[in-house]
Amino acid sequence: MSNTHAAPLLFELSKPGRRSSQLPRCDVPQIALDQLLPAEALADVPPPLPELAEPDIVRHFTNLSTMNMSVDTHFYPLGSCTMKYNPKRNERLASLPGWLDIHPYQPDPTIQGLLRLLYDLQADLAEISGLPEVTLQPAAGAHGELTALMVAAEYFRDLGQQRGKVLTPDTAHGTNPASARMAGFETLTVRSTATGCVDMDDLRSKLDDQTAVFMITNPNTLGLFDSQVQEIADLVHHQGGLIYLDGANMNAILGITRPGDFGADMMHFNPHKTFSGPHGGGGPGAGPICVTAELGPYLPVPIVKKQTEDTGADIFSLDYDRPKSIGRVRSFFGNVGVLIRAYCYIRTHGASGLLAVSQNAILNANYLLGRIKHFLAVPHGDRCMHEFVASAEALKHDKGLKQPAMDIAKRLIDLGFHPPTVYFPLTVHDALMIEPTETESKETLDAFAEALFHVTGESAEMLREAPHTTVISRPNEVLAARHPTLKWSPDA
Amino acid sequence: MPYFLNNQEDQQAMLAAIGATSIDDLLESIPDSMRLKRPLDMRPPMSELELTQHMEQLAQRNAQGTKHRCFLGGGSYDHFIPSVVDAIATRAEFYTSYTPYQPEVSQGNLQAMFEYQTLICQLTGMDVSNASLYDGGSATIEAVLLSMSVTRRHRKVITTTSLHPEYRQVIQTYLANLDAELVTIPTAGGRLEPSALSAELDDQVACVLIQHPNFFGNLEPVDGIAEQVHQAGALLVSVFDPISLGILRRPGDLGVDVAVAEGQSLGNPMQFGGPYLGIMACRERFVRRLPGRIAGQTVDRRGRRCWVLTLQTREQHIRRDKATSNICTNQGLFALRAAIYLSWMGPHGLQETATLCTQKAHYAAQRITERDRYNLKFAAPMFKEFVIQDKQGQVEQALKKAHAGGCLAGIALGRWYPELKDCFLVAVTEKRTLEEIDQLADCLPD
Repeated sequence: MSNTHAAPLLFELSKPGRRSSQLPRCDVPQIALDQLLPAEALADVPPPLPELAEPDIVRHFTNLSTMNMSVDTHFYPLGSCTMKYNPKRNERLASLPGWLDIHPYQPDPTIQGLLRLLYDLQADLAEISGLPEVTLQPAAGAHGELTALMVAAEYFRDLGQQRGKVLTPDTAHGTNPASARMAGFETLTVRSTATGCVDMDDLRSKLDDQTAVFMITNPNTLGLFDSQVQEIADLVHHQGGLIYLDGANMNAILGITRPGDFGADMMHFNPHKTFSGPHGGGGPGAGPICVTAELGPYLPVPIVKKQTEDTGADIFSLDYDRPKSIGRVRSFFGNVGVLIRAYCYIRTHGASGLLAVSQNAILNANYLLGRIKHFLAVPHGDRCMHEFVASAEALKHDKGLKQPAMDIAKRLIDLGFHPPTVYFPLTVHDALMIEPTETESKETLDAFAEALFHVTGESAEMLREAPHTTVISRPNEVLAARHPTLKWSPDA
Repeated sequence: MPYFLNNQEDQQAMLAAIGATSIDDLLESIPDSMRLKRPLDMRPPMSELELTQHMEQLAQRNAQGTKHRCFLGGGSYDHFIPSVVDAIATRAEFYTSYTPYQPEVSQGNLQAMFEYQTLICQLTGMDVSNASLYDGGSATIEAVLLSMSVTRRHRKVITTTSLHPEYRQVIQTYLANLDAELVTIPTAGGRLEPSALSAELDDQVACVLIQHPNFFGNLEPVDGIAEQVHQAGALLVSVFDPISLGILRRPGDLGVDVAVAEGQSLGNPMQFGGPYLGIMACRERFVRRLPGRIAGQTVDRRGRRCWVLTLQTREQHIRRDKATSNICTNQGLFALRAAIYLSWMGPHGLQETATLCTQKAHYAAQRITERDRYNLKFAAPMFKEFVIQDKQGQVEQALKKAHAGGCLAGIALGRWYPELKDCFLVAVTEKRTLEEIDQLADCLPD
């Protein structure tokens, strides 16, 4: 049951003398702190954290949780984010003490179970991507992109080639150009055609022997498979460049087609999307990358390796001896907890299950598209992969709404649905990007389509003022940005 | 498959509704030449029961905390995690939601982010915090990039060998593509000599990174360093240990400009290195250069206090290649865990935890060095970690023996520091009892 009273802040609940923590008495001989540590290093008072009793904390955060929409409570068709069901078994099995209580610097012989799992996951990701060399180190998709671009930069340095340009399509995620910049590249944007695919003429005009990488999302952010991808790869390879595949939309092609087979040289996975996450209110994710054999030597260290002894026993170890490696992109091995969940998901499904994931994701998306296109424009056609982008632009004129996609999104909340992604990709006006995923029923899709239809028929007033049923109405975002209040303070 | 809902009849009805005869009809845009013509080569699917048995078997092949005493540290620590952290963070409304793009249905996450930011400011004495980054190493490189951007000095960064070697490797990996140099000052005495810093500081330096307590567990001579760094027009970045701030002066009180940390100790399991969270806080005037998500307070249309993601014009989804960073997400769930942990600890709990660590570490150092074979390598003051020198220079053998005796006694330092190949790093948290520490001292070989 949701507690709809706005929750006070932790700091407003604080009262001197309250506390939750009780620590054991010191069982070793005690020496005064100022004899152990120099006086100038010591604080006079501990940090001014709130003083709270445990029941306060539990009720506070429990009430906060009820103010969130989540996959477990609502249909969450947030395009590009693959908000599928997060299996409970993965949560339980990733929380076994044998995974949680191991230190990152334990000797390899004491972590053979984990290393085997990670080794097998590397192999599974290589098989799914069609790219043989894998690193599990990056902490998120954007981090994987950055890592791959650093790998590319190192590869070209090693070849003695100066290539300073990265090309991205105008439909790309914002992380693509941002990652390219952080890896030291200039970025150029390649236009899309009216059908939503890469404009080949524009690509040809921008592609030259200075091009290091072309970053492509395929299926792209419009939910379309760009069938020119092999031709694009050939063009880029002919100029000596590399193809990076943004794996954000892998949920559409598992077991159907493989990036390595359609010309990609590098790609990242988003295990929190494709392999069922969860998303954790914004993280953690992970961003393993797969690359061709040629690029393998440049991947970050360490990589998990296997040796089979004469007895037939497999011994797993962390391989740091990779002289061409770019080094490290983060501390420790990687987001192991996320990777264990991905492993559970892959082992649950097997090859047939993964194929069925993509098939059902595609069927659900096309079915929803088929229902929605009758009352909202879907500018890029009657077919899609795992998601599609509708446009609410017509409502601008019909109802005089300034931000019709946003208004629709807000009104959907009242009807019990998490909104789709809005105003992305930038190439579609008033975009509503809808990704139902495979873990939703026809009934849910029908109900959503009907709600959306209902909303498009409502008055401008009703939409502009939505949502009407939430704990807050629309926040003043301009105020938040102009006068940033980024923490609580006692005198505010 | 347990996670699909539509039966064959549903699928047929759906296909009929869209005018397709099979799912294959929907794949026309994928040219036949690109199709995978065989099943993926993977092991067969497993039921939940089989998967559970398989995972339990694998997990049992790891030697975890119940099988030995953990004295390993180096940035990941075996601190106590109170029950409330898991009880709250395993609520599905937290872990199955996503980045709060729609604030009206994400007030729970947004308020928790705002509270996290406030707690981090209280902990560090800094003005503003973001809603977390990936981990300590990535927070450190982001602090370097922020410093370059603020000072417009893009060529030189200074640190010491007492900064976590993996953080230095991360910095080096990033800087390799940005044509900038990382100058690393040696710390033969286990910490920085301030005069060595003066020799390197010039008007090209974007920032100086100091880890305090440092990788060896030693306190750095941070008093006065801020002035020295600021005189050169550079920023001071401190890499801190969140638990240590229960007793040590806060970065904000030491004149630090950007404070970053590995947040694992705040209620998060070690789990072989991740996921963790990167803490990053800075001076108010740098806020528009701060990477990552930030929650801000505002009001709704009816004037009620509420929270939103703010200052988004810094971010990649708006600024694309001009963004302050490519980072898209925060570590929401782990920032939540840190917030719960700090609320539960409160000022006094954190102070007592830090004190226990210090007392126990000193006791452990004394007990180990009672043995003829072992010395304390450095004379500098230390918080909860220290470096032991093996006079026989047989670190690997010593650690193996200790492990046979039930203790993961320390981390061999030779892999990062050839000059310390006869040394190992020992960490002692509040969880280690007198008996366990005595066991550690006893199981190290003569």
